[in-house]
Amino acid sequence: MDLSAISPALLLASLMVAATPILIAGIGELVVERAGVLNLGVEGMMITGAICGFAITIETGSPAVGFVAAAVGGALLSLLFAILTQFALANQVASGLALTLFGLGLSSLLGQEYVGLKPAQTPDLHIPLLSDLPFLGTVLFSHDVMVYFGLALVAAVWAVLKYTRVGLVLRAVGENHDAAHALGYKVVRIRVLAIMFGGACAGLGGAYISLIRVPQWTEGMTAGAGWIALALVVFASWKPWRVLLGAYLFGGVTVLQLNLQAAGLAIPVEYLSMSPYLITILVLVIMSADRSRAPGSLGRVFHASG
Amino acid sequence: MTQPLLKIDGLTKAYPGVVANDSVSFEIGEGEIHALLGENGAGKSTLVKMIYGLVKPDSGTMQMRGEPFAPPEPRAARAAGVAMVFQHFSLFDALDVAENIALGMEDPPPMRDLAARIRSVSEEYGLPLDPYRTVGDLSAGERQRVEIIRCLLQDPRLLIMDEPTSVLTPQEVEILFQTLNKLRAEGTSILYISHKLEEIRALCDTATILRLGKNVGTCVPRETTARDMAEMMVGSELQTPKSAGAKLGDIALDISGLSMPSPGQFGTALKNIHLELHRGEILGIGGVAGNGQDELLLALSGEERVPSDAIRLGGRPIGKLGPNARRAAGLLCAPEERLGHAAAPNMSLTENALLTGAVRRDLANRGFLRWGQAREFAEEIIKKFDVRTPGPENAARSLSGGNLQKFVIGREVLQKPYVLVVNQPTWGVDALAAAAIRQALLDLAAGGAGVVVISQDLDELMEVSDHFAALNEGRLTAKRPTKGLTVDEIGLMMGGAHGMEVAHAEA
Repeated sequence: MDLSAISPALLLASLMVAATPILIAGIGELVVERAGVLNLGVEGMMITGAICGFAITIETGSPAVGFVAAAVGGALLSLLFAILTQFALANQVASGLALTLFGLGLSSLLGQEYVGLKPAQTPDLHIPLLSDLPFLGTVLFSHDVMVYFGLALVAAVWAVLKYTRVGLVLRAVGENHDAAHALGYKVVRIRVLAIMFGGACAGLGGAYISLIRVPQWTEGMTAGAGWIALALVVFASWKPWRVLLGAYLFGGVTVLQLNLQAAGLAIPVEYLSMSPYLITILVLVIMSADRSRAPGSLGRVFHASG
Repeated sequence: MTQPLLKIDGLTKAYPGVVANDSVSFEIGEGEIHALLGENGAGKSTLVKMIYGLVKPDSGTMQMRGEPFAPPEPRAARAAGVAMVFQHFSLFDALDVAENIALGMEDPPPMRDLAARIRSVSEEYGLPLDPYRTVGDLSAGERQRVEIIRCLLQDPRLLIMDEPTSVLTPQEVEILFQTLNKLRAEGTSILYISHKLEEIRALCDTATILRLGKNVGTCVPRETTARDMAEMMVGSELQTPKSAGAKLGDIALDISGLSMPSPGQFGTALKNIHLELHRGEILGIGGVAGNGQDELLLALSGEERVPSDAIRLGGRPIGKLGPNARRAAGLLCAPEERLGHAAAPNMSLTENALLTGAVRRDLANRGFLRWGQAREFAEEIIKKFDVRTPGPENAARSLSGGNLQKFVIGREVLQKPYVLVVNQPTWGVDALAAAAIRQALLDLAAGGAGVVVISQDLDELMEVSDHFAALNEGRLTAKRPTKGLTVDEIGLMMGGAHGMEVAHAEA
């Protein structure tokens, strides 16, 4: 076993990359849940985004167009969920699970022609001066643009929820949809928009995996990242910065255990593979013991009466 | 003043199977407090929802100061100067006072300015309020202040208040009336919905009475007796419940030193409660909502366990027993929340009858249900308590509030309890059903059972109970005979007005 082969700078740098998919998907789901909707279809929307982004990047040669396509694909799929739950008043849990299964199937159908291809590469940014810093340059300032986009998204969601009227109305709808309706807010419209935002974010997160993290297409390649994103939101007590923390923790342990596996640590691989899930959930469970609670209307069907 | 503020002409609204409003017409003058009176289901709520733009009328018109007024949504109604304080508060527990108020405004100023305005307006009208407190932590009276201030910040021309006093202490009602009178003096009109007749007589200039969706008359409350108004509302003569005047027997329920931590985040802890209830006695427990009523019921029903000796039923310690064991021993409870606590909304009346009646009515045999007997039991409740439903196979949620309440109370009364505890037995129930429920409680006590009535309706407590005690922040005052108690004394027992003065009653 040779631990000296693990470079701290590269470890931290790959942590940010490993965390980005669940971070972006998680922050999208956070918005959805703060609006009072429980969408369990994150995994399905992620994988759909992954194949949409991948296919369009192959066809156009531009990862940027690919990411836009991934967001559109995720949002379109989530629109299906929105129609089922907001207009047909279907059960959110069942619809979300169905969305995941549907997304997995749809993505393998769409992806049949794309197995084994290589997408155009997304370049890493090179920021003058900052990227050249020793250590910090490698860790923080030499990533692709989506890593920074994820961070900016967390900050933006936090600020919008906390300081703007849109955020206040969104929280109000999630907290008590009957009261929000009585005050004249368009509960269904706000929720549909939130669901589509969540779908777009999940799509971006998925495309990050197929275009940057792995970069190739295989069936079922999100491998449960959507479920981790969902769990993150709950254990982060619906707070944006905690989602970031949880995602980085998960990414960090994932990267670390991969490195440890490579270094030949004398622990069975299975234990190492399960460690990111265990550690992330454990830490977040401990943190969520501060009595913060779920949005009051989370998962409840809203039916405007009278 | 020749032109009224709001003229309502022939408003009609029908829902499938029921006409909620049948061409209702009346006028609200400038600077007038106008009462809208009626039983539950008379169409008051639908009418105000049309004025507030939540519901569109099928036909009929409204005019505001001579201009046509047909708000498509609440936003438009607010813009026209209509503000509404809801009966079931339209507040968001997890948000703070200022955020709640901002949500009800069209164009709220930045939070800091808004907080300052909330402070100044709330002091001007004698309704002190801290803009940064979380609404979930406020008392019912304070929550209502939030709603009222939300309305006042928009300088309304017409303020609609839907049963505003049902959650207030007498002192808080006094403060509210002062606020409303001040508003009237400033020229604001108020549409005041209530079924508390004495309040309307004290406060309102004109009253419109609705019955079954129709306007059945207008009167000047000051010149009309409460009884006449009640009979206009009900459309028939009212029977006042009568007690047979039973002798008090042995001690049935003995609570000594009962303390219990709050079971929930927004609950109240019970602190050292002492109480003796005799057979044949009805004890009324008053108090503002959220002072431990629900927790006391939980402790008595067995949903929360307490030290064994804290509660004795006929001398036997039962504090550690669960609900079914207590039922077997004769202590029955009817909680406040009809849908979800006292009854399972989606289950049929037969199943609901089984749920609490299985033990005492022997409706289960070694784990197997006796559906035949259960159905007979449910039918017996329906018949004896005049529950209006097509039959016991209907789901509990399909019943109106009053009918379901009659069912819930009847279910416990017919199990011949040794002690019965009811919480808010007539909340949201129309006058006829309420009278029937009160009569059932009186008859039960006359038959030798001990009855505890927890209620926020003081008139009800004065009407049925022999003794009165009040809950205040989880403490129970000593009980006093109901006869001769004045409203002021009761108010002091209940702890006075929240945040307005510090008053402690030591009876």
